[in-house]
Amino acid sequence: MSNAVSALGNASFDGFAKIREIGPVGMISLRAKPEVKGLAKAIKAAVGTGLPAQRQIEISGDKAAGWMSPDEYLLILPYAETAAAMAAIDKALKGEHYLAVVVSDARAVFHVEGAKADQVIAKLSPVDFAKMGANELRRTRAAQVAVAFWREGDGYTLVCFRSVASYVLGLLSHSAMVGSEIK
Amino acid sequence: MLILECPYCGVKAEETELSPGYEAHLKRFGPGSSDTEFEDYMFARKNPKGVHFERWRHVYGCGKWFLAARDTATLEVFGTYAAQSSAPPAALQDKIKAKRPDWKGYK
Amino acid sequence: MSTRLQKGGRLIDRSAALEFSFNGKRLRGYQGDTLASALLANDQMLVGRSFKYHRPRGIVAAGPEEPNALVGLGKGGRFEPNQRVTTTELFEGLEAESQNHWPSLEYDVGVVNNSLARFLPGGFYYKTFMYPRAAWKHLFEPIIRASAGLGKAPREKDADRYEQLYAFCDLLVVGGGIAGLQAALIAGASGAKVIVLEQTAFWGGRAPVDGDVIDGKPAALWINTAVQALEAMENVTLRLRCAGVGVYDHGYVLADEKVADHTPGDGRPKHRLWRIRAGQIVTATGAIERPLSFAGNDIPGVMLAGALREYVVNFAVSAGDRTVVVTNNDDAYRTAIALVEAGLVVAAVVDARVTVTGALPERARALGIRVATGTAVVKVKGGKRVTGVQLGAQAGEGAVLEEIACDAVAMSGGWSPVVHLWSHCGGKLNWDVDQQHFRPDATRPPTGADGAAMVVAVGAANGAMTAAEALADAAKGAGIAVKAAGFKASGKAAVAEAVAEARMEPVWVMPQGAGPNLRAKMWLDYQNDVKVSDVQLAAREGYESVEHTKRYTTLGMATDQGKLSNINGLAVLAHALNEDIPRVGTTTFRPPYVPVTLGALAGESRGDIFQPLRRTPMHSWHEKMQAYMEPVGLWRRPYCFPRAGENHEQAVHREVNNTRTALGLLDASTLGKIIVKGPDAGKFLDMLYTGVMSSLPVGKCRYGLMCSEQGFLSDDGVVARIDEETWLCHTTSGGADRIHAWMEDWLQCEWWDWQVYTANITEQLAQVAVVGPNARKLLEKLGGMDVSKETLPFMAWADGTLGEFDVRVYRISFSGELSYEIAVPASQGLAFWEALHKAGAELGAMPYGTEALHIMRAEKGFIMIGDETDGTVIPQDLNLGWAISKKKADFLGKRGQERVYLASPERWKLAGFETLDSSVVPDGSYIVAAGKNANGQGNTQGRVTSTYYSPTLKRGIAMGLIHGGLNRIGDIVEFNTVTGGTVKARVVDPVFYDKDGEKQNV
Repeated sequence: MSNAVSALGNASFDGFAKIREIGPVGMISLRAKPEVKGLAKAIKAAVGTGLPAQRQIEISGDKAAGWMSPDEYLLILPYAETAAAMAAIDKALKGEHYLAVVVSDARAVFHVEGAKADQVIAKLSPVDFAKMGANELRRTRAAQVAVAFWREGDGYTLVCFRSVASYVLGLLSHSAMVGSEIK
Repeated sequence: MLILECPYCGVKAEETELSPGYEAHLKRFGPGSSDTEFEDYMFARKNPKGVHFERWRHVYGCGKWFLAARDTATLEVFGTYAAQSSAPPAALQDKIKAKRPDWKGYK
Repeated sequence: MSTRLQKGGRLIDRSAALEFSFNGKRLRGYQGDTLASALLANDQMLVGRSFKYHRPRGIVAAGPEEPNALVGLGKGGRFEPNQRVTTTELFEGLEAESQNHWPSLEYDVGVVNNSLARFLPGGFYYKTFMYPRAAWKHLFEPIIRASAGLGKAPREKDADRYEQLYAFCDLLVVGGGIAGLQAALIAGASGAKVIVLEQTAFWGGRAPVDGDVIDGKPAALWINTAVQALEAMENVTLRLRCAGVGVYDHGYVLADEKVADHTPGDGRPKHRLWRIRAGQIVTATGAIERPLSFAGNDIPGVMLAGALREYVVNFAVSAGDRTVVVTNNDDAYRTAIALVEAGLVVAAVVDARVTVTGALPERARALGIRVATGTAVVKVKGGKRVTGVQLGAQAGEGAVLEEIACDAVAMSGGWSPVVHLWSHCGGKLNWDVDQQHFRPDATRPPTGADGAAMVVAVGAANGAMTAAEALADAAKGAGIAVKAAGFKASGKAAVAEAVAEARMEPVWVMPQGAGPNLRAKMWLDYQNDVKVSDVQLAAREGYESVEHTKRYTTLGMATDQGKLSNINGLAVLAHALNEDIPRVGTTTFRPPYVPVTLGALAGESRGDIFQPLRRTPMHSWHEKMQAYMEPVGLWRRPYCFPRAGENHEQAVHREVNNTRTALGLLDASTLGKIIVKGPDAGKFLDMLYTGVMSSLPVGKCRYGLMCSEQGFLSDDGVVARIDEETWLCHTTSGGADRIHAWMEDWLQCEWWDWQVYTANITEQLAQVAVVGPNARKLLEKLGGMDVSKETLPFMAWADGTLGEFDVRVYRISFSGELSYEIAVPASQGLAFWEALHKAGAELGAMPYGTEALHIMRAEKGFIMIGDETDGTVIPQDLNLGWAISKKKADFLGKRGQERVYLASPERWKLAGFETLDSSVVPDGSYIVAAGKNANGQGNTQGRVTSTYYSPTLKRGIAMGLIHGGLNRIGDIVEFNTVTGGTVKARVVDPVFYDKDGEKQNV
């Protein structure tokens, strides 16, 4: 809908890494056990990817499916396409025990870009980047709030709750200030 | 600061990514239970110096509750396992017995 | 006097002169100086006054163990108190000032304490301030507060920024001396991921100062080669100016990197706190020299022998022209030799040992240095500066046999390994009789998550005191750590030329038989002014435990945490108790090893990002309207929207009146919203809520209560049945995350076979309460769905559109008025809110805040979680029995509520109150009862839970809990007030307004 705006109006910050708020991005939280009949089909129909394995994110163009927990997946897609995807999921999982709910507006999404993007997040999250897989979706905290991030392009995509978007932009900007890079 | 491996997502989470849930393997007593049973369920905690079974939630992570066996004095972690367990896995109990011959069992 | 020598100084760059100031005096130093070496180069030996007696104090050490030379550094937003000059790198324009004196460093009034010293013994505070109480409050405390304390707290906001960094490695080496570098070389070669930390600005530690020769080269050359080799390894990270300050459970280590202390204002963060998780930790933290306890050992010019040598070798600074070295070991002879080699005069080496024949003493003798054996310093002469020493027999009682003029004294009581990091997490120590120090016991190490050793101490930190021993020990220790980290160690240890040292002799008091007058001038703890006599007094008074003695005398409790004083102090205590030193033991080593500035610990958590403020989609609108915001959990919500000329109270009253007579709009987005879905969802909600939710028809809403297992009311809210398998549970604003976690707890840990999924969608939706007689008119004006009483009756909900918005509308009311709560996707929240205001303008729409909400709900007698509840209140107390199912066999809290105490009719229960004089009952008031309790306090029979001025009723109204509850209606009771009196109130029905609910049901 034309009224839809992202949490921070695509605010950005340029430091030794670039921070950009993107969106609004379409997201669906899908709760189901991996063995549920039709789940792979539902994800394929909704975002065109396979069922992601533990802690993995499967990216296909502007869509993706991420593993959030043993019975939760995060589906990412263009904002306007959530209704169609929900319909496809409902069709594929009819009669099964699952819960699909649109959460596009509950989230804020950032790109952290640049060769030292990992340093920006390493100042906020207790994550060993050397041991993070190429397609790993890591759920953790950034300072005091929950986040999830994964590698994308020459940096990372990071998702947090919408209400704390301004806080998270503040965190990322503070960590990315010129002069703060680690040599 | 502890590190516990979440058995659901495999992350070696540090304590700040977790929230504690105190003693594990409590049996719930509801209506119809005696005052003693209810008191034990609500208030009587072992609080041992030594082997202890605890609940932890991977709150800044997959959100799942899991159980951990830990030595409260040395902070040695014997293992973590799913919350959907009415008793610690046999292999874990064997491991603890081997390391702590004086251990009297989880009950 | 202390001065800069013409030649030498391996760390200074004479081509780069720097200007700095001390107490406003402009001084010069060089690039590479520490503030300590630069002060000494300018003959500024006196740098501070002691804490208790205000005695003049000079620089004693050359490292972080410095107890005396603390200064205030910088100005304004960059002022920092209590900075050790020995660990402060000099930079151009540095400004320092001494502290703990008045009016000046040279002439300090507080020194009167010094002459009163015999009235201020150990335990003085405890003894003096017992009685009379009034004297403490009016006499002692004001004086002590004014005269005690070291630096002053900064007055301005810190102009710098700080950050933290999470780092991970297989092997962490703390300490960049030769042992640390040797360990790092072996660890690096194994392929393990290695981090090496060094607290100073240069690698190599003391070896070059000691003149060690490694692999046939001067130590400095070997160090350069080693650092180059490490820099070439991709798996090795080297950090200078980064002190490992604490070892914690499971290999967690904190390190404080002083990124820009020496380059203030250059745009970099001042400090970076490293939060390191290491597989194995190698502590190569060196050793600290101990002072000797002789009378006047605190007079400026008395320094540690190793420090004196370090100033000469590293900075070409001499502490004095004519030095007396006093020692009980061979190492101090290195200082005598270094001084003579630098062209200075060593008047004598005073050695407490009777037989002195080691290689180093022989070299000293060959250089023509006089060695006085079996001799003690009886007393140091001088006030603000050493002028000489009186010597006598160490075996004697202090008879002066000789006096030597000198302007510096180099003392050495032996070296103590820095075992702090080893000990932080439980590593145990052994007493080494030969070297008279505690050192790590490798058989009792700190253990990690797997129960195995996680720390290996190497080099001097492990008691390997010579370069040759330290390198061999480092190689061995690194091998153990590398293997434990899961790698294979290789590489050979470097070999240092061995210099034999003869055995040291324990000397804890000098001379051995010194009498009370001398012992009262022997300082153990310089910073806290604890003397040998204080510790002996503590022992006499029965303080046998070292932990008690520490607290009684304050030994080791200053900012240096007893780095110089601990061993000497406990040796004196052991002697006084006639015990062995290891039996007395040490006090507990706790992090941090060196002080860490609060800024580093706070990291990024300051200012706007101090904590995560949660903002609703309409937040920017509220800010634009200059709403007065209040915290609700981490949310910020408008309390009220004051207009020009209004105070908050007037604004709130206007908002209430307008909502009751026209139209109010509330941003209710913070309300918790949790989806619960599945074949067993109804059964699950029936367990969670006290009422029945499974029977709720699709399209309807029902108010529900949740209790803890103890039975206490924990949250409330309206539940809507969405479809056959789906419910939407509203929670309180502060309760969404907690209740969602509560649901998941039961589903994951107790009823894991029930088929239920939950999703917290609080932030997906913006929610607006449209409230008041004109509410329906506004929605009809927007158009798009039928919101009539017939189609959408009270406690029903419907999906539809309003204007251009897809909405879900709930007919629920928390105000007693005709009310709709409308949810839209959060990304459209602001647009929807603005559309409501635009369309509502002609209907009298005004925003209202949380205070108006509170007043309106109180006028209706609705309870509020957190006001009427405090974790000890059950629903029955609040007359909410109607919301508790009598039919259900079980729900969370049911068994708890059956307990005798909670089922008692004696419990205080909810009622309303109207003051007879229409005033507002003070928040927190109790309802007084006749008589007094066992403690002589007045009895009570109830308390207020909510109290407001009702603009609708134009009087004070209150809700509260009272013994007898609604049975007391009509009674007149008294609430106590802040001023000590009481205010009379009548007990009434808590529904003050529209008792029959006609207004909300139209």
